[in-house]
Amino acid sequence: MSPEIVFPGVAIGGLLPALIVLAAAGLVLLLDLAPPRDTKTHLGGIALAGIVAALLVAVTRWGTEQRAFRDMVLLDNYALFFDLVICYAAALVLMLSMDYLGRTGGESGEYYSLVLFATAGMMLMVSAGDLIVVFLSLELMSLSLYVLSGLFKTRLASGEASLKYFLLGAFASSFLLYGIALIYGATGSTSLDRIAASPAAKNADPLVLAGLGLMLVGFGFKISAVPFHMWAPDVYQGAPTTITSFIATGSKAAAFAALIRVLVVALRGAQADWSALLWGIAAVTMTLGNVVALAQSNLKRMLAYSSIAHGGYMLMGLVAGGAPGAGAILFYLLAYTFTTVGAFGAIGLCARAGEEAVEVVDYAGMARRHPVLAATLALFLLSLVGIPPLAGFVAKFYLFGSAVRAGYLWLTVIAVLNSAIAAYYYLRVIVYMYMREPEGEGLSVASSLAGGLALSIALIGLVLLGLMPAPFADLAQAAVAPLLR
Amino acid sequence: MMPGLLSAVTFLPAVGALALVLVPRRLASVHRAAGLLVTLVTFALSVPLWTRFDGDSADFQFEEVARWLPTLGVSYHIGVDGISLLLVLLTTLLTPLALGSAWHAIEDRTKEFVITVLLLETGMLGVFVSLDLFLFFVFWEAMLIPMYLIIGVWGGSNRVYAAVKFVLYTMVGSALMLVAILALYYRHGGATGIYTFDLPTLARFVLPPGMAQDLMFLAFALAFAIKVPLFPFHTWLPDAHVEAPTAGSVILAGVLLKMGTYGFLRFCLPLFPDATYDFAPWIFALAVIGIVYGALVSTVQPDLKKLVAYSSVSHLGFVMLGIFTLNQQGVVGGVIQMINHGLSTGALFLLVGMIYERRHTRLIADFGGLWAVIPAFSAVFLVVSLSSLGLPGLNGFVGEFLVLVGAFQVNPWLAALATTGIIFAAVYLLWMYQRVIFGEVTHEENRGLTDLSLREWAVLLPLLVLIVWIGVYPSAFTGKTEATISALIAQVQSKASVALLR
Repeated sequence: MSPEIVFPGVAIGGLLPALIVLAAAGLVLLLDLAPPRDTKTHLGGIALAGIVAALLVAVTRWGTEQRAFRDMVLLDNYALFFDLVICYAAALVLMLSMDYLGRTGGESGEYYSLVLFATAGMMLMVSAGDLIVVFLSLELMSLSLYVLSGLFKTRLASGEASLKYFLLGAFASSFLLYGIALIYGATGSTSLDRIAASPAAKNADPLVLAGLGLMLVGFGFKISAVPFHMWAPDVYQGAPTTITSFIATGSKAAAFAALIRVLVVALRGAQADWSALLWGIAAVTMTLGNVVALAQSNLKRMLAYSSIAHGGYMLMGLVAGGAPGAGAILFYLLAYTFTTVGAFGAIGLCARAGEEAVEVVDYAGMARRHPVLAATLALFLLSLVGIPPLAGFVAKFYLFGSAVRAGYLWLTVIAVLNSAIAAYYYLRVIVYMYMREPEGEGLSVASSLAGGLALSIALIGLVLLGLMPAPFADLAQAAVAPLLR
Repeated sequence: MMPGLLSAVTFLPAVGALALVLVPRRLASVHRAAGLLVTLVTFALSVPLWTRFDGDSADFQFEEVARWLPTLGVSYHIGVDGISLLLVLLTTLLTPLALGSAWHAIEDRTKEFVITVLLLETGMLGVFVSLDLFLFFVFWEAMLIPMYLIIGVWGGSNRVYAAVKFVLYTMVGSALMLVAILALYYRHGGATGIYTFDLPTLARFVLPPGMAQDLMFLAFALAFAIKVPLFPFHTWLPDAHVEAPTAGSVILAGVLLKMGTYGFLRFCLPLFPDATYDFAPWIFALAVIGIVYGALVSTVQPDLKKLVAYSSVSHLGFVMLGIFTLNQQGVVGGVIQMINHGLSTGALFLLVGMIYERRHTRLIADFGGLWAVIPAFSAVFLVVSLSSLGLPGLNGFVGEFLVLVGAFQVNPWLAALATTGIIFAAVYLLWMYQRVIFGEVTHEENRGLTDLSLREWAVLLPLLVLIVWIGVYPSAFTGKTEATISALIAQVQSKASVALLR
């Protein structure tokens, strides 16, 4: 007698935020065919509306927990928190894109729909309760971003970025898949809960550890942890600046979300192993990122290395473990998203001699001609340094605090010394903006309403998180609670 | 007590800065006047702190507590005792003088300059009034950026190097202090169940002596020693001073350096008493090296500003020496010496700035015979130089004398060595004075120099009054601070002995 096939109930509610984004993506694709054909800004507006709708739905769902498709998709506080971060990043990226694309000639309907597809992938990824969903959503996100990186078809760097990202990304995905297969082999399931309950995972069976190692390669690629970071500088530099900021924030947040959930929920039994491993990865990642960033003269490349370093800081939270550690990562991601989107957004507004201004020297004397934007960019950079009372400082404080609490004093010492190193290259940009005079043609700043609005929102977030972090930290703590039951 | 007064003093400059953001930049003189007004009102507000402060009490006064981050145990807790009171007043006094000195010196980006100085004042005041480690660290770090901009934007030719060096030195020091703050927080929380950054609470906690306490002490001490600067962490200081504009030098020497010595008194001593006793001989020795080294290097400087900068290393060595005698005379002397150095060196930087504005050089060799040309300037310069070298009857003598009295009780040999610092001070200051002021006018350019203007008199006069006042009647100042210091010493001794009894 053949076993009865049980069809799981369809619970659309668990997918709702992601579905809204997907629907908006479809709508944008359809309307792309309709007139007007010469401008696509209205499509950006529709995309933005979709993101905002998803954001609002996510906000109303806060505090509820929904499991759909036999626990393959979980819409709990944890997923909702990340939905907020991702939607927030996507919204700012879209606002900055509308004007940026017009200026750089890359405006197209596909752009907006691909951003939405990537967003939907990220939102699914943070809700994944099953390794298969992790993989599928990761691919949805990645494929969209591969294409977006190569948006500037005529620029060599953009094509190089896209191809590099795609090839290395495909390689990393296969590692992830291989790891999933090994874990399935060892535990008999791909569901996170069932993996956690299996004896093999509880006893940290060698096969599980092998699977864990391979999965870490895949995730390490997405969060650009050393030694899987090689792609990041080239892609960050070559991709359109708006997409760079999306890769640096949204994709990193989603990858961290999935990584934390997989490690903390499914592989809790092997915590001693992955914690020790991540200790080393964190230390190497932050050090290499910061030290190499010192030598960069291209701002986007410098921010790429800085983003690698920030990934290293965040790994500290995983090493520290427990609710304080995970909560600190969530808060850090929130602050980091505000700051990084803002920094890239400010850079995206600047041009010199008809080209995007990406070299540090392009910013010489900027404070004299464009004092407001210079001050804004300076504040974003100071937050990245971790100067109080800005968001970056409080985020670091929570993160380092969680590491000290768990007894990882030396890792914290490495991290704080890294912050001091990092101060040098962030401040160098401020040196150029404020303390040097421009040479040759000066910097020109595009006046963009949506862009200015996006930067203002990011700036308000930056100061708010710095001065009044308590409600957001509580939110982050409430978000990690479902993981640690 | 007046509720909210201390907060008003602390945040008024920042509020003024935010208001000035809205004023268009072409109104440079409005910015100057408004900046001066805000700092003068701040000073006026801080005067009641002085008059209403009860010098017989060692408690924190004008205390304010408000919840900030309750889950972390962070509160907005501020207050002043006899030590921080003096420093708060020094800050509120020197900032308007610095702005006044920059009236014509800063023509470029006046708006930004005034805003930066105002933000810096709030940062400095915040450091002195914070009674919560988190709050303290916030101000400590936040204050770096305005100073960085003052040196880097309005400084001399090598300003970028000096500004970056200043920031990096300070950041490395404070980075480790952050780890130590967190470690102390969790240690206290683990032992008592109360997780808090509140300084008075933490100061009551008896940390067991040993490796952990030593490391925490060293982490704090490194941050403060760089700021003081204690030999051998002083190398950023000459660069920063020489490159900074006059107003920046005045604030840097007058107030910022005091943050280091204040940090030792406020945090290292009460929090880590055993480690303080263990490391006191070492710091004592470094302080003496700093005194002698700073004085010797000063002697050979060809540049007036560099001479004054190195003399700071020497004078701050006296402060450190006084603090680490850990006896009443020594610590009182150290605290008074902090104020004295702020007044005398602040005044010296002002005078050097004034002569630089006239001649655009600071080389001693470019001057000579100034007495005949600008007698008033020369007379003020003489008084300030004598005060700096510790002439009895002026302020410098009081502090140095008390410090040495304290030091002799601890280690007569080192104290004797430190005394040579006073002799060298007489050498380098008087020799410099002789070359600049006496003799024939050797450079024709110097003949046309104009004497002190009314504005310059207004900037210098308050400092001269205080220089004489402290010199003649020091107990007006020591009276405010003695109770606090004897309580502090008693606290350190009792905590250290409690730990010994275990």
